[in-house]
Amino acid sequence: MSGSGTETLTRWIMDSAVYRSIVRHGAANTNRNRSLLVFENLFLHVHPVKVREKTLRFTHTYWLGGITLACALVLIATGILLMFYYHPSVPQAYRDMKELEFVVDNGLFLRNMHRWAAHLMVFATFLHMLRVFFHRAYRPPRQFNWVIGVVLLIVTLLLSYTGYLLPWDQLAFWGVSVGTNMAKEAPVLGEKIRFLLLGGNIVSENALLRFYVLHCVVLPVGLLLLLSVHIWRVRKDGGVQGPPDETRGPEEVR
Amino acid sequence: MPDTPRESAEDRSDGPDRPERRDFLTRIGVGACAVAAVGSGVVTLDFMKPKVLFEPPTTFRAGDPGDYTEGTIRFNKEKKAYVCGGPGGVYALSAVCTHLGCITRYLSDQNVIACPCHGSRFDLEGNVVEGPAPRPLPWLQVGTDANGLLVVDTSVVVPHGKVFKA
Repeated sequence: MSGSGTETLTRWIMDSAVYRSIVRHGAANTNRNRSLLVFENLFLHVHPVKVREKTLRFTHTYWLGGITLACALVLIATGILLMFYYHPSVPQAYRDMKELEFVVDNGLFLRNMHRWAAHLMVFATFLHMLRVFFHRAYRPPRQFNWVIGVVLLIVTLLLSYTGYLLPWDQLAFWGVSVGTNMAKEAPVLGEKIRFLLLGGNIVSENALLRFYVLHCVVLPVGLLLLLSVHIWRVRKDGGVQGPPDETRGPEEVR
Repeated sequence: MPDTPRESAEDRSDGPDRPERRDFLTRIGVGACAVAAVGSGVVTLDFMKPKVLFEPPTTFRAGDPGDYTEGTIRFNKEKKAYVCGGPGGVYALSAVCTHLGCITRYLSDQNVIACPCHGSRFDLEGNVVEGPAPRPLPWLQVGTDANGLLVVDTSVVVPHGKVFKA
């Protein structure tokens, strides 16, 4: 039957030289091999080899960090696809946005997915931060990871903000005009910050190109690096901390 | 092992975790993921095909067919094509050398089409006379517009020797 056929195929793949050279240990049927599966994988090794079943429950963390990570992955995938049609130039940017919406197959779907995932990511990041705060999970030994989290929040907000200019419509233009004028009001360096952000004194083609490079290269690379450290720190700090133990006083919780 | 009680629950064939149900749900889950993966692949592939292109037109007007008496050759620099008058009618030749893609030119004193890069030479029907060019110059589609003027489409190659009769 198909069951034995699938089994034969699985066995054939797992016995092949290609598979054996990628996965150097046996099947994940012993604790040792299950550990090796995580240790020897660049992407999995940031994660703990074992987690307590309790920490996987929805009420333990409300899965908010995971939701934020899922949003980031959706944004990277859809963002790369949108880049295939988008030229960061005036007036091509606005036309490309309209072309994505009305001409390109599934362009409207991908653009909206990017947009809604971005909104959800900011929202989920805030909720994640509140969850960590109210569960007192920012306390030692996790204080370093809290700081990384705060930087990640800033990077997320900057990604949202730089993406806002890219459609090059009235909303984007005035949003960035207002935002960069706010930056100008910062003491001493304000004027210089605005000049560097916009690549000039007005929101122009230079500003569009700068925001594009920040949005598509600089900030995502920073986000990925910090995200890796953030998730790896969770493992180093002993896994996710859920609600503090109610039977003990708050002072005893470590 | 801490999960021993769990496994004993699985062994009970009427329990909530009985193997057939778990297996069935696993298959449904894996199947749904496969459908979603294939669907995303199809959608992405579809997305990658541009629906509107802003490329320069491949056609150009070449004037009145009557202007092309036998032996006439005119070069269109922008579209990289020759329009020639032959014994049976009008035909058009690509001016792109079949060797490495340089633009050939017509030498009227020797009555050949010559490539400046590696010395390939073609006669007025596009046949290779000498040089490294591996193939003759392609013949391009010639037609007329509503006013009876010649229109050449550089994107359509027609069989060698297919002249347009006005």
